[in-house]
Amino acid sequence: MTQVEQGGRGDAASRPYFRMGRILTGTATAIALPAAAVAIALLCGAVLLTLNGFNGTDVINVMLLGVFQDMRSVSEILLKATPLILIGTGLCVAFRCKMWNIGAEGQLYAGAVAATLVGVSFEGLSPWLYVPAVMIAGALGGAFWGGIAGYLKVRFHASEIVTTIMLNYIALITTSYLVTGPMKDAGAAYPQSARLLRESWLPALFTGMRVHIGIVIALVLALALYVFLYRSSAGYAMRVVGINPHAARYAGIKPGRNMISAMCISGGMAGLAGAIEIAGITHRLYQTISPGYGFEAIAVALLAGNNPLGAIASGGLFAVLRSGAELMQINSQVPQVLVLVIQGIVILSVVAFAAFRWRPGRKS
Amino acid sequence: MSDKPFLRMDNIHKSFGEIIVSAGVTLEIEEGEIHSLLGENGAGKSVLMSILCGILKPNSGQIIYRGKPLNIGSPREAIQQKIGMVHQHFMLVPNLTVAENYVLGQGSPLRLIRNMNEVHARIRDMSERYGLDVQPDAVVEDLSVGEQQRVEILKVLFHGCDLLILDEPTAVLTPQETDRLLDLMRGLVNDGKTVIFISHKLDEVMRASDRISVMRDCRVVHTTQVSDTSPRELARLMVGRDVLMELPHSPCEPGDTVLSVEGLSCRNELGLPALRDINLQVRKGEIVGIAGVSGNGQTELALALSGLLPVDAGRIELAGRDITGLSPTEINALSFAHVPEDRHKMGILMPMSLAENAILERYDQPPFMARGLLQRQKIAAHTRDLIARFRVKTRDENEPISNLSGGNQQKLVVARELARNPDFLLVSQLTRGIDIGAIEFILQEMLKQREAGRGILLISTELEELFAICDRILVISHGEILGEVPPDRDRLEEVGLLMAGKKADQKDMAAVGH
Repeated sequence: MTQVEQGGRGDAASRPYFRMGRILTGTATAIALPAAAVAIALLCGAVLLTLNGFNGTDVINVMLLGVFQDMRSVSEILLKATPLILIGTGLCVAFRCKMWNIGAEGQLYAGAVAATLVGVSFEGLSPWLYVPAVMIAGALGGAFWGGIAGYLKVRFHASEIVTTIMLNYIALITTSYLVTGPMKDAGAAYPQSARLLRESWLPALFTGMRVHIGIVIALVLALALYVFLYRSSAGYAMRVVGINPHAARYAGIKPGRNMISAMCISGGMAGLAGAIEIAGITHRLYQTISPGYGFEAIAVALLAGNNPLGAIASGGLFAVLRSGAELMQINSQVPQVLVLVIQGIVILSVVAFAAFRWRPGRKS
Repeated sequence: MSDKPFLRMDNIHKSFGEIIVSAGVTLEIEEGEIHSLLGENGAGKSVLMSILCGILKPNSGQIIYRGKPLNIGSPREAIQQKIGMVHQHFMLVPNLTVAENYVLGQGSPLRLIRNMNEVHARIRDMSERYGLDVQPDAVVEDLSVGEQQRVEILKVLFHGCDLLILDEPTAVLTPQETDRLLDLMRGLVNDGKTVIFISHKLDEVMRASDRISVMRDCRVVHTTQVSDTSPRELARLMVGRDVLMELPHSPCEPGDTVLSVEGLSCRNELGLPALRDINLQVRKGEIVGIAGVSGNGQTELALALSGLLPVDAGRIELAGRDITGLSPTEINALSFAHVPEDRHKMGILMPMSLAENAILERYDQPPFMARGLLQRQKIAAHTRDLIARFRVKTRDENEPISNLSGGNQQKLVVARELARNPDFLLVSQLTRGIDIGAIEFILQEMLKQREAGRGILLISTELEELFAICDRILVISHGEILGEVPPDRDRLEEVGLLMAGKKADQKDMAAVGH
């Protein structure tokens, strides 16, 4: 047999991108698959709602149209998309290097704590300095938290899956301690930190709406990480380590260093997401600043086939679904459990599509 | 040839879409013979056998078996017809015992569990009868590759077969294991079985078969008695032209020493001694061969030289510079190139494109990298150049390397390493698992490099390859170099003895290390 047979189009996203056409097919697949997964999930959702006595198609309609009904709704979607895209693209880098980082949630909290510490401390600083300082603090906090798991993996062969999950608990519980103790706002009845100084807040994108420049940061960084992974020599080395550490060593690439770097990058992105939540929306550190973005972003990255550009699309879709679920609850009296079930179906169909994409390439 | 052959495959056609994999194959097998199917990779041998076993359905053509048309749709039906196949990649469940593997999928599981002792007894019985040395209660993953293969063969016999098909069985075996397998095949035939032996190694086919059919371009081009043919004729039939089994080359005119190894000792990844006091020199313009049965320290020697395995004792010098203990990164920066023994494990990145594979060790060096970014035009141009110079069969440089045949993958690896213009080239198992056309091309390329004044250390288990191009052959056994032999075919036996661990006379030993 000659090597005429080609892999399926689904493989395109995991392939190199040395040509514009390839980028387009790769990215098109990375967008088409999430869309198909969501469509199937919504269909199942409609059936489920109908079986429970609701008008399924109506509810889904309300949800899909409702989230786009006015600029304010779109603004809310963008707010939710921001952390999902940030964390999701960061996870793409870790997963490409075969570091199974399940700890983005904890890294987000680590970043949020670091950002808050900076955000409450420096009175009189210009916003031009203060906002970047808070962002950098968040990214460093997350990178440190992710780097711990990377170091443990390289130095002691400790499974990063286990350590990142453990570090999640440490980060969440430490945050709770901080906002009820050392960092607690003296005058407040609830566990919360002092308010960030106004100069450190992320500026709004449009007046009168909550959406802030965080979404721009997320999009720019997603693009930057795409370039990093597929166009830079450092990203190449990381992908080589992910594909085959033996070949990496043979080529003079140090697997350990790249594994730690990949964890720091993905942790940094999660930490940045935490900083953006604090400096953009809550302006204070709370016990629960994330509704599980760090976990949802795993599905975002997987659905995107670990392609940062695809993660923009899949992050956006998850944000739409999240907003839709809230609307469904408010407008259609659909019980919250049912909303959770529909979310579960979405995740499952996402996993199914990711598995479809990950079919091992056929050899001729 | 009798009027009624045991098996006749008549005008078999098979295609996948536009890709023809069997173009009107006609093949006759007689009862009680060892019939070899010889052909390069991709000549259609495995496809033909898959059709015979019911794994693939032909588009047209007829199979006559024991005088009746054979129409089987699944491997299970093939077993019922007493046709058994041992695949190139073993079909065993690694964490089950041998006996458990044998009863897998056979009839009612409940009944079989009850009869497990009987199964064990039968396996022991059959193992003894064919001299296979298979333990029914051994767990498959604990067995060596050679043992697993015997387990596979006995599995087919256990299920009852008259026609045994062995698909490239020797590809994974050491020379001794190969000898043992060829003896076993003869034993099976004496026991009344018929064997179809698929191979692309000429010497084995000549040694083992009664008759040989040569396949090329998805057809059987010639069938002959082994006594009526010669390796040269077979090689010509396989590739459609004369293969230079003797690659002509000028006498060796060695220059300065480029690699010098003194007293090298090291341990393998498990911490066991793998190399003991290795001394060798490679000079510019010569090819030095390391012959040996696989697993005698060759892997560790290559790893130690390239900095991938820590050295316990001794000194390695590259062009007069001490490189002992340097990291692979540091050694890569020197005039050193390495074609690794297992390209899938080390040499290539399967999901990546040819272009991305072509820059593996130089991804962060100009001209392929500038300001931290990969220079895609330059990488593409470089890759296209390698593809053209080494005649790599591919669509273009963006094709994933996994789509290529083994020979073409190896050509790209060799091309990549040579493109670094190394003074010293370390080459391990250069031709493992690739077809004869590619072997010849790559060996010729090695000779060109020698002409160009490079020093080459060629580690190989293929004596044919070593004798074809080496200027000196060192024989390694149990991590020690036992002797040096010139590449004179009359002294093949001497090499064989050394490979078996028999030390040469003192006068021969004096030649070692020069």
